Amino acid sequence: MRPAAAPGALAPRPDQRVAKALIAAAVLLTIAVLVVPLAYIFHRAFAQGFQVFAANILEPNTLHAIALTALVALLTVPVNIAFGIAAAWAIARFRFRGRKALLTLIEIPFSISPIIAGICYLLLYGRQGLLGSWLLAHDIQILFALPGIVMVTMFVTSPFVLREVLPLMQAQGSEQEQAAVTLGASGWQVFRRVTLPNIRWALLYGAVLCTARAVGEFGGVSVVSGSIRGQTNTLPLQIELLFNDLNIAGAFAAASTLTVIALVVMVLKTAMEARR
Amino acid sequence: MTAIAPAAPVRAKRVLPGFGLTMGVTLTYVGVIVLLPVIALVLKGAEIGPERFVQIITAPRTRAALQLTLVAATMATIFNALYGLLMAWVLVRYDFPGKRLLDALMDVPFALPTAVAGLALTALFAGNGWYGALLQPLGIEVVYTIWGVALAMSFTSIPFVVRSVQPVLEDLDPQYEEAAVTLGAHRWTIFYRVILPAILPAWLVGITLSFARSLGEFGAVVFIAGNLPMKTEIASLLAFIRLEEYDYNGAAAIALVLLFIALVLLVASNLLQARAMRYKGKGA
Repeated sequence: MRPAAAPGALAPRPDQRVAKALIAAAVLLTIAVLVVPLAYIFHRAFAQGFQVFAANILEPNTLHAIALTALVALLTVPVNIAFGIAAAWAIARFRFRGRKALLTLIEIPFSISPIIAGICYLLLYGRQGLLGSWLLAHDIQILFALPGIVMVTMFVTSPFVLREVLPLMQAQGSEQEQAAVTLGASGWQVFRRVTLPNIRWALLYGAVLCTARAVGEFGGVSVVSGSIRGQTNTLPLQIELLFNDLNIAGAFAAASTLTVIALVVMVLKTAMEARR
Repeated sequence: MTAIAPAAPVRAKRVLPGFGLTMGVTLTYVGVIVLLPVIALVLKGAEIGPERFVQIITAPRTRAALQLTLVAATMATIFNALYGLLMAWVLVRYDFPGKRLLDALMDVPFALPTAVAGLALTALFAGNGWYGALLQPLGIEVVYTIWGVALAMSFTSIPFVVRSVQPVLEDLDPQYEEAAVTLGAHRWTIFYRVILPAILPAWLVGITLSFARSLGEFGAVVFIAGNLPMKTEIASLLAFIRLEEYDYNGAAAIALVLLFIALVLLVASNLLQARAMRYKGKGA
């Protein structure tokens, strides 16, 4: 066991016994806390064989939930990518008053419970909400329908792309972009030819994280969706419904599909760090 | 709040284009998606009035829910503070087979949907689950108790402490430890007097974020808690129940309390972050 960051000759050499004990504790705890629950999801999903698993996934309401969840992610993620890039460009490339305040505002969804987000949306668009009577008069349905689900998901996932892209753009500085502008490139050309290649991995990782969070969103969506079976039930809500129906095998089958996405995130992050 | 690009004093010599467009997009989006709904909540809170607000918050069921949430989040955060510090230390200071996998695993709780985590933990600790079968004969009940609530909170916020401490520990200049050795300091003294002060701000950032996340956790908790009023009902669930009862005042009051705590913690972690960055800069 050598120290990873080879310090100078005088640096304290790690005590072998302490090192071994700490590594053992770290590995065993992580297996107990993280690996076993992951393994258990697949164990329960496939406990009665692949055919039962397939039947559970192909159950119409579960299938509908998968399709709805995919649709929500497809609508949410591109918008948040565009937002993340725009906000990173404005914040990293320009100095203006209120920059810190803007950053704090953008971070709010990270620190507040999705349930609160859902309640905020209900108080804004609900029948008794601020815009409720106006929406009713114009026959616009936002809550208990796709728009509400998508907007709450956007709320919850809005900082994800920005958080990956912004630090990178700040660290890289804008010399290359300024040079391109000086050479006569248009703003769009600068972005496509200079900025985008530099941030593509961070952008991809941010997008993947955003997707994972979007498909997994539970608290906020459960407030605004109304959980109508086969209509406004996203996959995480469907898992809860199946669980409450005591259809545990069905719940685990649905859960295993979302777990695969989480594992993909894990692999992609490792790949991205190796590229740095 | 669909603000127009502000006439804020931008530096006179601007080479790069696109400020108006990107700022306009940013403010519009944040305004519509984040700020407007939050304002709706605050306005609702103002409408309730202070007297009724205090009444709602101090009602026994609300108090029990808030207390459970705070106590369970504290329990979860204590575990995560220690486990996260151990993981950060082991991942930075030692080399061993499987280290990269262990490192990658640390991100799982963020990528795994909370409902999936809740389902897996509940089934694991139920009487017929792998862990429950071991614990129940010993008389240890996790599901439908405060332990289950704390467990779910802890699982979903594991990465915060690890990922806050790790970079600071990596950048820590070995010369301070070398100096301490030369001066004859004991290993434990070095950790306590040299390393710990340097990583303390980052550790506190992680702890604050972990605590904030635990307070707000919903998906994982509702599965395992059993949600018995006065016993295992967390604050965000009570707010949700109030909504279903069409008691919008009740829901808004509880949500405002949670929002207030979250914002205080956000500001605290930003201040701590600034201190942590100072230490990070010291290295290399």
